[in-house]
Amino acid sequence: MTHPYVRLLDQVTRVGGVRGVMLVVADDGLVVAESLMEGIRGGAVAALAASLTRRLAMVTKTSAVGELGFLQLQAEEGTLAIVPAPAGVLVVAVGGSDMNVGLARLEMLRVAEVVR
Amino acid sequence: MRRTRAVEAWTIEPLNRFVVESGARFTLLMTPAGQVLAQHGFTRAVDVMASAALGAAIFSSTGEIARMLGEREFRALNHQGRQYGVFLGALDTDRGKLLVLVVYGSDSSLGLVQLFFDDLAEQLVVAAPVPEVRRGPILAADFERELNESLASLFGR
Repeated sequence: MTHPYVRLLDQVTRVGGVRGVMLVVADDGLVVAESLMEGIRGGAVAALAASLTRRLAMVTKTSAVGELGFLQLQAEEGTLAIVPAPAGVLVVAVGGSDMNVGLARLEMLRVAEVVR
Repeated sequence: MRRTRAVEAWTIEPLNRFVVESGARFTLLMTPAGQVLAQHGFTRAVDVMASAALGAAIFSSTGEIARMLGEREFRALNHQGRQYGVFLGALDTDRGKLLVLVVYGSDSSLGLVQLFFDDLAEQLVVAAPVPEVRRGPILAADFERELNESLASLFGR
């Protein structure tokens, strides 16, 4: 039986260009639930994404611009998008260069609302 | 700056890389008997010896729990505190089974330590030499001399 969180993630993976999405514990960098295409190292992405988010959250705090709400890393061949959820969980999506970032962000925010 | 010190030189490069990548505060590489092969971050011999003995004891006692559950052993375990976490992982090499005790702070995470522990284990497996067969009995005097040499290597004395 599929875990409800995995079903929840499916609404993000349905977005065009998304290759995978995970729920990650922000403090530990461990995967809570994932829906990934083959070849994506979920554990590694989760650990590094959590570390990156922690550091960037310090930057926004130090800069007095408020809490980190959405993080998008555009690379040569794809995109990494992160939405911190209130419960100390991160919604992390990995996509290709064709990823519909706007729609993915909307769906990730919806997931973050549910897991709060 | 804290340094990595090793009794066995083949451990230094993988351990150095692990410490940099994982952000570990303290790291001990040892045998399941608590014999230390390398350390990073410790400044006092007594802390190394105590940590090695306690780490080996934890691994041994959780091994018994694993056997009660029908597992061969636990490959890794984690203790999480408010400021620090302790990760204890095991790996098999030609040098025999080794344990890695890692203390990490809030600037790292269990996920990062686990991630780079897997890399460390792979590198140690590749680098580990086949141990020489020891001839003759182990004498108390040899044991004390080797212990002193190990401590000197670990603390650069």
